[in-house]
Amino acid sequence: MALSLQRVARSLGVLLVVVGLTFAIFYVAPIDPALRMCGKPCSPEDLEAARGFMGFDKPWWVQLGTFLGAIVTGRTFGSADVVVECAAPCLGYSFQLHQPVTALLADRFPVSLSIALGAVALQAVFGIAAGALAARRQGGILDRVVTGVSVIAASAPAFVVGLLAVVVFALRLDLLPSGGYEPFTEGPLEWARHLVLPWATLAFLNGAIYARLVRSSMIEQLGLDYVRTARASGLSERRIDRYALRNLALPLTTLIALDIGALLGGTVITERIFGQPGLGALLLDATSTADLPVIVGTTLVGSLLIVLANLSADLARPLLDRRLARGGRSRRPSTATTLPDQNPQETTS
Amino acid sequence: MSTADELLALRDLQVSIAGRSIVTGLDLTVHAGRITALVGESGSGKSMTALSTIGLQPRSAEVRGSARLGAAELVGCSAAEMRRIRSGQIGMIFQEPGQSLSPVMKVSTGFRHVLAVREGIRSRAQAETRMRELLSSVGLPDPDRSAASYPHELSGGELQRVVIALALSGDPALLIADEPTTALDVTVQRGILDLLVRIVAERQIGVLLITHDMGVVGEIADEVVVLKDGDVVETGPVREVLSAPEAPYTQALLAAVPRLAESLERADGVRGGAARGRRAARADDAGRAGGADAGRADAPAAQTAAAVDEAPVVRVEGLSVEYHRRGGSHRALDDVGMEIRRGEIHGLVGESGSGKSTWGKALAGLVPAQARTLEIEGVDPRTLGASQRRAAYARVGLVFQDPASSLNPRRTVGWSIGEPLQLAGGISRTDIARRVKRALEIVHLPASYVSRLPHELSGGQRQRVSIARALILEPALLIADEPTSALDVTIQAHVIDVLRDAIAETRFACVFISHDLAVVGSLADHVTVLRAGRAVEQGTAREVLGDPQHEYTRALLASVPDPERRLREDGGEAA
Repeated sequence: MALSLQRVARSLGVLLVVVGLTFAIFYVAPIDPALRMCGKPCSPEDLEAARGFMGFDKPWWVQLGTFLGAIVTGRTFGSADVVVECAAPCLGYSFQLHQPVTALLADRFPVSLSIALGAVALQAVFGIAAGALAARRQGGILDRVVTGVSVIAASAPAFVVGLLAVVVFALRLDLLPSGGYEPFTEGPLEWARHLVLPWATLAFLNGAIYARLVRSSMIEQLGLDYVRTARASGLSERRIDRYALRNLALPLTTLIALDIGALLGGTVITERIFGQPGLGALLLDATSTADLPVIVGTTLVGSLLIVLANLSADLARPLLDRRLARGGRSRRPSTATTLPDQNPQETTS
Repeated sequence: MSTADELLALRDLQVSIAGRSIVTGLDLTVHAGRITALVGESGSGKSMTALSTIGLQPRSAEVRGSARLGAAELVGCSAAEMRRIRSGQIGMIFQEPGQSLSPVMKVSTGFRHVLAVREGIRSRAQAETRMRELLSSVGLPDPDRSAASYPHELSGGELQRVVIALALSGDPALLIADEPTTALDVTVQRGILDLLVRIVAERQIGVLLITHDMGVVGEIADEVVVLKDGDVVETGPVREVLSAPEAPYTQALLAAVPRLAESLERADGVRGGAARGRRAARADDAGRAGGADAGRADAPAAQTAAAVDEAPVVRVEGLSVEYHRRGGSHRALDDVGMEIRRGEIHGLVGESGSGKSTWGKALAGLVPAQARTLEIEGVDPRTLGASQRRAAYARVGLVFQDPASSLNPRRTVGWSIGEPLQLAGGISRTDIARRVKRALEIVHLPASYVSRLPHELSGGQRQRVSIARALILEPALLIADEPTSALDVTIQAHVIDVLRDAIAETRFACVFISHDLAVVGSLADHVTVLRAGRAVEQGTAREVLGDPQHEYTRALLASVPDPERRLREDGGEAA
């Protein structure tokens, strides 16, 4: 319990650092949101008024405090005749889109959620299966195909794979729509049809990591003593596969959790290619229009999701491997496979 | 023995991997109700024989000849057929019980899977009854607790019993045990050996026992097959092979087994008069540590008091080490002490978890320790500043158990031995080369070995390189932590000789840590027996091992497998 609390506290600490860093964008970026709001021509007085309206006239620590406070209590921009309300949890206000950042994020989140869940499910299932099959036929044709494809997939840029998918499946074969998003509530079938291509693209790119992880760890596991004991007892090879995979639950869960966290925060390139109005697209638009509050809000939420995913993976570890449970005496080094350097292809920021 | 009760018959069994012959024409028979031991050192092909018999040899291995189990021929039968045979007619036990079960499953889960295959039991309730029956038959006092545990929650002995219970499911006629007790402490080993003997008697099972340990063979085997480099050098009933070995290799193998009584005597001869005088000088320190027998004195030696003036290299009193981990702390060492003079060897013996390695680490400053007195060459390193402390600890050399992993595989022997000098700095290259050559001389390795890589050396040679590296800084104290445990017996004897010569020549103090009482007896002047962090007995090697006072020391000594025990007992009956 104490350990879990410690992990939670550490995650909160990470979040605070992230808030600080993203907030610093305001001061480092060569952009003045007030200048954009003030219009043209912009007199020094107008600019000063705009600054005051947006709250940029205060020292940075006051601004940071106001920003953090607004997440809990909400805040009001402006003072006299023109007032802009930003209800809690307020992550800032986009003066370009005339909407609170929170509302923008809430609007886009279902899209990113749809993409993330489908893609992770696909990449986990196909990646693990491919890796396990390759490990079983180590050195065989299937192994070489899996290894080769995963090298290509892991090194191919998302825009190439995505555009190819659009050209082949949407334009040439006309099997699937090339883009757009249909809400799930309007019809699950259309929702899925519009998402198949982004799912497949992401699964292809990220699945390679699963395939390689599972392949190498399976080979390692199949060489361990407990597998030899299982074989000597006459257990079937299918059962032995399941033993080995069960021993990979820990690294795989961590990988899946991190991927979900990363994809929930939005996928910039994939969303752009397939015209999905998710968080990634929002971030990209905000970047091109220099909409600082949106950039900060999106980055913050994206980081929050990654931290949360990490935290839940951490908390799940002792459940998956009892040797990690508190107070558990560990008599020998863990045989659990460690995660290789993972680097999901496409994430925000 | 008629051929009728031949359970397993290997005839001209040959195994080769990638054209290299591993086993060349092996004949071996296991009879029902008897134990056939296949003995050999590492690389002799004994494990490969076992794996090939049950069809689990590496894919690249080629097996020829014949292996008949009852009426069935095992060589060349299909994978499915082989699996069917494994799942009912053969039980298998391996060396490392801690790794023989999947770490992420409860014992009961694995047991259910095995019972489903080996006994066709599908119902959970039935499986549980049968599991309880099997687990209690192997002497597990609380089968339900064992079944509900994860492997890491059980001790090595308990796990090996679980593995034996698994192997006994399906009532196999043949049990193959590949080094079943090698990874276990002696007292635990004793229990497992007794269990195997009981199983054989009760169930009339035949056992193929694979081992490197002549002691284990002497204790439980009926027939012996001695294997050397894939060749059978001797076969016969255990009594004949052990009492009158014919092959020179068998003789050498038996001669190399450290025997406590002999080693104590021989060690006395080697240690000679000077050492005896020193021992006398502090005849009373035998009982200085907590819990040790304080009343002893080495009476005959006490008369020749000499070298009293020589200050001890190590003086430790009231040493305790606590490991803190989540969920509490664990006292690995509790109020122990020792004193070692130049040229003396202090043996630390005990079973795993007794704190003997921790003691060595505490002396080398590798773990935080509390002590009333902790002096190395008269100085307490804890009172020194960082750089002086490093210099003080540089006077302590370390040798570890596994020479393969304690040498950098990509560096030459000469580089590894000279590395401490390079780290010390300020020493010219020619000087380093000269001292490396000298260190190789001390451990009896030719000077040409400087340019070799570790993988080009045998295990024993590698361990001698480790010793040379530990000696290069001319340490005042050498800590050798199980330096011979990973080595074959014939090599082990040689490494011990090397260590003894080095001490005689350069007169450093040595802490020799080992679980093997006979090895300690052959080398050490003084011995401390540790149990659960406490020194239960301390004194000269002859006192402690020759005439143990504490019951734990006696139990340890009684558990050591002895090749001749049964021979002696038989002889006693006959007379």
